[in-house]
Amino acid sequence: MADLNKLTIADARDAMRKGDLTSAELTEACLTEIEGAGALGAFVHNTPDLARAQAKAADERIKAGDAPDMCGIPLGIKDLFCTKGVASQAGSRILEGFVPEYESTVSQNLLDNGTVMLGKLNMDEFAMGSSNETSVYGNAVNPWKIDDRKLTPGGSSGGSASAVAANLCLAATGTDTGGSIRQPAAFTGITGIKPTYGRCSRWGVVAFASSLDQAGPMTKSVRDAAIMLEAMCGHDPKDSTSADLPVPNFEAMLTGDIKGKKIGIPKEYRMDGMPDEIEALWSTGADMLRDAGAEIVDISLPHTKYALPAYYVIAPAEASSNLARYDGVRYGHRAKLAAGDGITEMYEKTRAEGFGDEVQRRVMVGTYVLSAGFYDAYYNRARKVRALIKKDFDDVFAQGIDAILTPATPSAAFGLGEMENADPVKMYLNDVFTVTVNLAGLPGISVPAGLDAQGLPLGLQLIGRPWEEGDLLNIAHEVEARAGFVAKPQKWW
Amino acid sequence: MLDHLAYETPAPKVIAGAKDDWELVIGMEIHAQVSSNAKLFSGASTTFGAEPNSNVAFVDAAMPGMLPVINEYCVEQAVRTGLGLKAEINLFSAFDRKNYFYPDLPQGYQISQLYHPIVGEGEVIVDMGPGIGRKVRIERIHLEQDAGKSVHDMDPNMSFVDLNRTGVALMEIVSRPDIRGPEEAAAFVTKLRQILRYLGTCDGNMQSGSMRADVNVSVCRPGQYEKYMETQDFGHLGTRCEIKNMNSMRFIQAAIEFEARRQIAILEDGGEITQETRLYDADKNETRSMRSKEEAHDYRYFPCPDLLPLEIEQSWVDDIAKTLPELPDEKKARFVTEFGLSEYDAGVLTAGVRNAAFFEAVAEGRDGKLAANWVINELFGRLKKEDHSISESPVSPAQLGGIIELISKGDISGKIAKDLFEIIYTEGGDPAKIVEDRGMKQVTDTGAIEAAVDEVIAANPAQVEKAKENPKLVGFFVGQVMKATGGKANPKAVNEIVSAKLGL
Repeated sequence: MADLNKLTIADARDAMRKGDLTSAELTEACLTEIEGAGALGAFVHNTPDLARAQAKAADERIKAGDAPDMCGIPLGIKDLFCTKGVASQAGSRILEGFVPEYESTVSQNLLDNGTVMLGKLNMDEFAMGSSNETSVYGNAVNPWKIDDRKLTPGGSSGGSASAVAANLCLAATGTDTGGSIRQPAAFTGITGIKPTYGRCSRWGVVAFASSLDQAGPMTKSVRDAAIMLEAMCGHDPKDSTSADLPVPNFEAMLTGDIKGKKIGIPKEYRMDGMPDEIEALWSTGADMLRDAGAEIVDISLPHTKYALPAYYVIAPAEASSNLARYDGVRYGHRAKLAAGDGITEMYEKTRAEGFGDEVQRRVMVGTYVLSAGFYDAYYNRARKVRALIKKDFDDVFAQGIDAILTPATPSAAFGLGEMENADPVKMYLNDVFTVTVNLAGLPGISVPAGLDAQGLPLGLQLIGRPWEEGDLLNIAHEVEARAGFVAKPQKWW
Repeated sequence: MLDHLAYETPAPKVIAGAKDDWELVIGMEIHAQVSSNAKLFSGASTTFGAEPNSNVAFVDAAMPGMLPVINEYCVEQAVRTGLGLKAEINLFSAFDRKNYFYPDLPQGYQISQLYHPIVGEGEVIVDMGPGIGRKVRIERIHLEQDAGKSVHDMDPNMSFVDLNRTGVALMEIVSRPDIRGPEEAAAFVTKLRQILRYLGTCDGNMQSGSMRADVNVSVCRPGQYEKYMETQDFGHLGTRCEIKNMNSMRFIQAAIEFEARRQIAILEDGGEITQETRLYDADKNETRSMRSKEEAHDYRYFPCPDLLPLEIEQSWVDDIAKTLPELPDEKKARFVTEFGLSEYDAGVLTAGVRNAAFFEAVAEGRDGKLAANWVINELFGRLKKEDHSISESPVSPAQLGGIIELISKGDISGKIAKDLFEIIYTEGGDPAKIVEDRGMKQVTDTGAIEAAVDEVIAANPAQVEKAKENPKLVGFFVGQVMKATGGKANPKAVNEIVSAKLGL
């Protein structure tokens, strides 16, 4: 078989089952591809020896029969996941040299399913960013290219998106706090699902904003997302916010039948100045679902416009507290101190050197919104807004809506460096369609649905009812089938 | 206790300033370490005195991505404590983060319960002597994590951190400002400690830091406190200062005394008290400013997003209530009514739950008052002399009970009983058998006593004559008879027979 690295999880699984393919061959193909893809900046810590050993074990397990679906599948793991014995830096200088003695629950679940870890993937520092430009490792680059410019793969899971889109691995883990799986998936023409908050354990995932963070798969197809999500998620007593619910066989729920499903089109997501092609893609998506037998319903989510400001209060507030532990005392980077420097200088110098600008900005914003005298005006108000946003969704679901269709991003991928001098808030606008989903704790999936006029991929987002990822994947599967998105980036790296 | 015994409110402590009389108003925050083998949010051990940094889970060290999981037993202990303080149990409570930087606080925040504590209002009756008790209202109890320990004296250039204590569960017990003097403050801590020990929710060991107190002190003119109590308006009271981290009853009293006098001096000088946090220096016996209100940390409290709100069932609380032991006040009242003890003796016997249990085992089916005397005076006295606790007593309740039975039956006199006690304390053995074997039994046979009396009278004719004029000399004859019988004659019988024979 040629171009093994281009296989989907489902195809590779079937081939390995049939004995047409070994995980060792598959893994070798990916490792070779990774070696030649330095220009993408996707993989930041490679673990070829580990991968080969895991592939060997997987092949034995497959041979023995009864191996899980994910057995032998080579994956990239976002640097935010702590991986035992393998550097885990969250894209930050402050975690320089940090090698965890533990494995995150999600990556452990994958290992238990027999997956192969190829290495760690680039990301925005502490998952703060929408372009993968805040990483200590440097930018991850989008394999899609239309001119001389290098484009962003999106963020924060930019390395994951780039690696999957460029076929460096069969799939990757991502995390999504405000859109960090769905936006890069949309920018790179792949599928990414953020499951319901509580579906995937957060244990061992470096925290950004605890009440919003969720891990999820980034894959080449909706079917792959279904297969991989099932292996990643499940109840974890080590995470108090993890839901004690059974995990269904998501792949089996891809029936192709969505007749009678009610799909909501929220009018508030029609933003001023939204590019026509995004608008057009959105209505095409609605048409596809209608053609598949779904009912398209205009709905209102009245508090949508307050979501982004609320998100940019809550997420930094939690981050300012979550990142307090990076103080140079126990692990990671510690600044060199001058004679006479005390503990305060150690904190200040360590954190000034260890954190990049965007992280510092959010830590300061978060500290400010939680401070005495401002707490009620900002943090408490944002929490109230959050409750209202959740209620908006509850209300439409109570009206019988099964899923909500929106664009995934307000634009296609932009050039790296283009936003360098822009107001940070402009960058935050990338999350405008995705943050509501995190605030409400709902599952959301981004599916590639077309190309813009320049030939760059665009995604559609579907938002589902809580814990109904199976249903959501089934609807997304239908969009995928009807959109027939097959475009691939031309290899330039 | 209020249900059983009537109490009077003690007078508040009055300090005479240079110009005026002043009263003290004191509120306390007691940090009590929850008795639990594991920490509040991790499975690490809480053993005191372990090798530095040996009882540390990943989450205690705030490793990236680690998450807290509530220890149900610690919650149960907090509920038990709340029930013991007759407090409201909040079925809904929640954890918040208190953010500040310190090397012994690895997360950069302490997980605590600011907005929704697990226990609400309760009360403690502080014993200030028989018939006198101060009711101190408890405002709340919340669960929180302890910090680690910074070590500054191991290296001239570096500080070290020991995280063994990091994350250990504390209950912060907050009182209303109902304490009115240094002695009451110490008595409050003592009473609280007694209750916690009865409940088994905190070992109360202040030396190892299991119990620490922050003391809020203010002073006011007489009459102001009553206005506060009527209105609950703090405006009637003076500005308070908080003395942090006190770990001895003696220091608590000394610090309050100093602090009150310091505040009075400032006020009488026309100055104002500034609200601040102070530290007590035991060597110099003074309090010193630690940080002013302006310098106070902004802790940026917010709900901890890693933990769901803590929702508990009333039925669970009820089940815990069923396992509650008899508490000190109830036990004391019962000892008074059931055994006819004085309130003072009942107080002494119920100070410790083991002492009380020992006493009850001794008194069971015997003379309660006699048992109390023996337990308090002989046993406690003897144990104290050797610095032993009740659990180290070489005399068992059955043995002491045996001695008391022998006294009650008139088999031995009080004096012989003391000898017998000493034998059992040092050698052990069955009291009745020892008395039998060593011939210590009291002679109550009047024939034998009469014979002895006759002998003494016959041998001392001169004294007989004198005694007829001075009846007080009867004691001489009794003494002689006792001597002749080796102390085993029943003194009461000897006395009667001597008097009769001498015709007195």
